[in-house]
Amino acid sequence: MPKNNPAKPWRVIPGFGLTLGLTLGWLSVLVLIPLTSLFVMASGLSFEQWLAIFADTRVQAAFRLSFGGALVAALINAAAGLLVAWVLVRHDFPGRRLVDAMVDLPFALPTAVAGIALAALYAPQGWIGRLIEPFGIKVAFTPLGAIVAMVFVGLPFVVRTVQPVLADIDSEVEEAAASLGAGRWQTFHRVILPTLAPALLTGFALAFARAVGEYGSVIFIAGNFPGLSEIVPLLIVVRLEQYDYVGATAIAAIMLVASFVLLLAINGLQRWNRDRLSRGAA
Amino acid sequence: MRRDESPLIRWLLIALALGFLGLFLVLPLAAVLAQALGKGTDAYFAALTQPDAWASIRLTLLVAAIAVPVNIGFGLAASWAIAKFDFRGKSLLISLIDLPFSVSPVISGLVFVLLFGLQGWFGETLRDHNIRVLFAVPGIVLATMFVTFPFVARELIPLMEEQGREEEEAAIVLGAGGFKTFLTVTLPNVKWGLLHGVLLCNARAMGEFGAVSVVSGHIRGLTNTMPLHVEILYNEYDFVGAFAVASLLALLALLTLVAKSALEWRLRDEIAALRQS
Repeated sequence: MPKNNPAKPWRVIPGFGLTLGLTLGWLSVLVLIPLTSLFVMASGLSFEQWLAIFADTRVQAAFRLSFGGALVAALINAAAGLLVAWVLVRHDFPGRRLVDAMVDLPFALPTAVAGIALAALYAPQGWIGRLIEPFGIKVAFTPLGAIVAMVFVGLPFVVRTVQPVLADIDSEVEEAAASLGAGRWQTFHRVILPTLAPALLTGFALAFARAVGEYGSVIFIAGNFPGLSEIVPLLIVVRLEQYDYVGATAIAAIMLVASFVLLLAINGLQRWNRDRLSRGAA
Repeated sequence: MRRDESPLIRWLLIALALGFLGLFLVLPLAAVLAQALGKGTDAYFAALTQPDAWASIRLTLLVAAIAVPVNIGFGLAASWAIAKFDFRGKSLLISLIDLPFSVSPVISGLVFVLLFGLQGWFGETLRDHNIRVLFAVPGIVLATMFVTFPFVARELIPLMEEQGREEEEAAIVLGAGGFKTFLTVTLPNVKWGLLHGVLLCNARAMGEFGAVSVVSGHIRGLTNTMPLHVEILYNEYDFVGAFAVASLLALLALLTLVAKSALEWRLRDEIAALRQS
């Protein structure tokens, strides 16, 4: 039997070349080459073309709504997600497991179904729309509607990132804080919240990233008025339908760069989160 | 020492959390059902038996029947290469596999328009050979495979890494071939994780809207999947029809959640057992 040589490791398990080849090949054909083609096309744009796109107030408004709306939605999700995770981990009540399973509904429900359901709920004659109309609040066919849809699609992220960390917090730490005279609220924001911070921030970033790119659930409820309640993904579709490939590609390229920056930030956050967890375990 | 809130605060927190989830999860589901059955069960079933509705159901099943198995094959190959061997650039490869999750669905469709559209890189070649990719089934399948790309792989990679390599190495040293080792040792070890990934992949494949909407061309009875058919009916103010088809997709989502939760409880027990041994 050949010796294990550190310079050229001897592998017992076969199939390395085949499986890595298949992986890299399929990854390139389906994902990398198509994404590269978008950047190659965008790089063909002249400086004046880019300038015209950035100067377009309709484009600016769409970016404001997609990113601003996603920020508001992610903040709502951070607060509500922390509350839901807290209740699911710390408290027992009838139907807790059912509620826990339901949290993932936005991952499983097709976005178009969520979109028309939310539009039906918040429309002026809808179950919720009817209740809030006397107060002068309009959700459907306004930017507020886009935010409601973004809250829906981002809902599971914060719950699912905070839940395991919260379950792992050692009760001794809290008891120590309490025995040193800290009140319940003090223990929470001095001891528990700092421990949860990396997970909470990760969940927030994931919910934000999802909401920025969201399309299906938003377009039914937002009303899609150009310059007012139109999101960036819809603007890309509109440009495509007008056969304005240059415009669609340019907007998509900006969007993709933003997504990649977010992805890097999320990866960094997740590493921080893992380090925190493993240090806690040691 | 007590680490719980007082009963009043506890019940207030539970009520707030359940209120939020009720508003955002239960009410939309109830709205789908109420709208679908709003004109009675006869109208509901009549809407579901429309030829165009049937065509959209068939197309959705066809697309999932292609995209999901391809995804399984890729996921198994990728996780075998990543979990059973050491090589440079592994973490970069894992990040690249996750890439489609951070791309907006609309852009996932757009890239295929740029490649296969008439003004795209391969547009003229395809036209000369009379091959339709865009506004036809192949484009829908491609866009679906793009958005579901990471599902099975990201499920299997950590699971296979956790299980190590000793069992496979033992089987091969004892004389089993590579493929036989995979079938009799690896596959049984990861079967529940694989099923979990397949469930999520299938739900996304059948429910994808944005990416498919960009490449489909919305030809009734031909290139409309169920979510696209829902959109068309909704925009035509045929609410019973739209919500009837939507109710099938909602049912699929609920079934996926039930199966997924059952699997997760099972997986948790298995991983706990694995860590103990």
